[in-house]
Amino acid sequence: MRFAVTKACGGGGKARAGALYVGGGGGGGAAVVETPSLLLSTRKGLPAFVSRDLLSTLPSPDSHLLHMLGLQEHILVAAASDSVESLPESEASNKLGASFETPSGRRLVKPSEYMQMITSMKPNLWASLADEVPAWVTEKRNRISVDRTLRWLDDCLAVDLEAGKNTLGAVVGGSNIDERKRCATEASLRNVAGFWIGGFGLGESMEERLALLNAVTDCLPEEKLRYVSRLSLPEEVLQGVAAGIDLFDSTYIYHLTLGGFALVFPLDIVERDNWDSRTDIEGADCTKINLRATIYRKDTSPIVDRCGCFTCQNHTRAYINHLLNVHEMLAQILLEIHNTHHYLGFFRLMREAIKGGKFELFRQRFIKRRRAFLTAEAPCSL
Amino acid sequence: MPVGTQGTIKGLTNNQLEEIGCQIILGNTYHLALRPGADLIDEFGGLHKFMNWKRALLTDSGGFQMVSLLHLADITEKGVTFQSPVDGKPMLLTPEESIQIQNKIGADIIMALDDVVKTTITGPRIEEAMYRTLRWMDRCIAAHQKPDTQNLFGIVQGGLDPVLRDICVRGLVERNLPGYAIGGLAGGEDKDSFWRVVAQCTAALPEDKPRYVMGVGYPLDIVVCSALGADMYDCVYPTRTARFGSALIPEGVLKLKNRAMANDERPIDPTCPCMVCKTYTRAYLHCLVTKDAMGSQLLSYHNLSYMMKLSRDLHTSIVEGRFPEFVRGFLRTQFPKGDVPEWVCNAMEVAGIDISSCCASFSPSH
Repeated sequence: MRFAVTKACGGGGKARAGALYVGGGGGGGAAVVETPSLLLSTRKGLPAFVSRDLLSTLPSPDSHLLHMLGLQEHILVAAASDSVESLPESEASNKLGASFETPSGRRLVKPSEYMQMITSMKPNLWASLADEVPAWVTEKRNRISVDRTLRWLDDCLAVDLEAGKNTLGAVVGGSNIDERKRCATEASLRNVAGFWIGGFGLGESMEERLALLNAVTDCLPEEKLRYVSRLSLPEEVLQGVAAGIDLFDSTYIYHLTLGGFALVFPLDIVERDNWDSRTDIEGADCTKINLRATIYRKDTSPIVDRCGCFTCQNHTRAYINHLLNVHEMLAQILLEIHNTHHYLGFFRLMREAIKGGKFELFRQRFIKRRRAFLTAEAPCSL
Repeated sequence: MPVGTQGTIKGLTNNQLEEIGCQIILGNTYHLALRPGADLIDEFGGLHKFMNWKRALLTDSGGFQMVSLLHLADITEKGVTFQSPVDGKPMLLTPEESIQIQNKIGADIIMALDDVVKTTITGPRIEEAMYRTLRWMDRCIAAHQKPDTQNLFGIVQGGLDPVLRDICVRGLVERNLPGYAIGGLAGGEDKDSFWRVVAQCTAALPEDKPRYVMGVGYPLDIVVCSALGADMYDCVYPTRTARFGSALIPEGVLKLKNRAMANDERPIDPTCPCMVCKTYTRAYLHCLVTKDAMGSQLLSYHNLSYMMKLSRDLHTSIVEGRFPEFVRGFLRTQFPKGDVPEWVCNAMEVAGIDISSCCASFSPSH
């Protein structure tokens, strides 16, 4: 695995574009994934609804990074917790291992067991076991979580056959800036390929998070990979990129799909130099549409005009509206394909903005546009 | 014909269906008329356009669902009266209306509204239903607005009574329809009666028109009916059994939920060329089935693939003049101990196929 920063944003910003080279083994050539990038979430090895043959309709190699379990040409990145099925249960974690709530009950995972799983799965990249705590724990508990996480990092590395070449050292520290810095600094001293930043999305606010993210990335070596979990929404991802993060996993797509939502926000903000928020429909949510709504019953247009995804090339909003109403599985399949395609497009836009030196501009415009509909008079369209 | 009840095959996209060689799928008029509604489909230019299915479609008349799904349905000469599942109001489905709805949906093949009676019922009701079916056939023909683009099939009724069936067949053949269905079966009658009705009908129906056995069925049933001269089938079995975790294989059925599958690293069927068998092991599918949507999708894909391949194999073996051999091979794989059911042996004898080499202890009947 090789990672290199290809373009730093400059102008005081910490956003960076990079390239991740993985593979060369298993019969495939080395794939290059440009960062910042999104890992597609999977459960038991495949996305929730998009089967392997339909995955190939998604942009490549963007869609080749998979969180959890792998397919031949795809890259597998493993981390201990999963935002949908396996949430960290900090109260049950102890000095022996980290505890998770899973569909089959609460489970305590020790570093040795975790490493057994890692050595069997042989992921391309893996994060060390961490003791993640929510934002409201005591200072003492938070400190302990950092101590444990560092100790477990060493335990994992001790049995790692690749001696850290594919390891992402876990960095935690809750909402305490000093602890975050301590954990990051200590983790940097280990011989790892990059860092997995955990403990976010567990109760801190977005305002607090920016300072914490920056504190962490300030203490991490520039040239190594940074992967953060549980920053789902576009605004959260933008925050992460601004702080210098390279990889993200997100449950946004999954939750949108289950709710019957499809992403529609425009993917051309930077190109349109004369962009003006007043040209948007007053009060309309320009981010996503709820395809269960009756206004789509006879809508013959695709979800997004000129979207190249399988769903938009083949089906109409009316058809998906019908599928949702009659509770057919095909609705989720089509929505997951489109939402994944669209969100990957968003990541591509961010990369373009960074490479063009316009990331801050992109970020401001995007957020302003998203907030515009909230501040305008909004007739209820749902 | 895979069954795409509500305008979709459960869990598969159109391109996946095309990939596995599916040529025609069935849509249920009753469900589609409720949601999204026949007029909406018509506005869209027909069901093909609405679901973006580029191949063939067949719709049934809606009658069967009414009778089987609604316990307050009542059949009179006018049509089927029932309570609307939406608002409880009394509604009437006449032959004219069924055809009108099917004209709007726009399938390539449409079915006449028939008076369908369960084969487990006996008595004068069956005769009444058979004659009514013929009378309704004429009303359907009269109401049909698009005879040039939509083929209206008639349905042979008559229960298990050969005399009634004969009258019905002759009545329908007189009307010179583009195709004929054998209805009223696949409802719980014993297999021995079942095949005899099929055999009688296929013998009497015109050679040069398609024969569609409605609601059939298991792979074995399809092989037997094909031997007896039938051409088309529809059944929810492959997709439904997939959702319960069962995969179709040449030997029969593989229950992937079974503990023994947890460590089985073979594909579902090593001889199957489908995407699922080429990519996944039984052990992996064991984790998914009945717990994740993906499990249902993958098994449905495999099961439909299996059925498409079975159809293709039947077709090619007939074209290449080795159909009896194919049947023997099929039976040997399904019944390795030679315990071929008696009804199959009887049916094959009438079909003129020698399967004595597949049957262990049972001697051919007379």
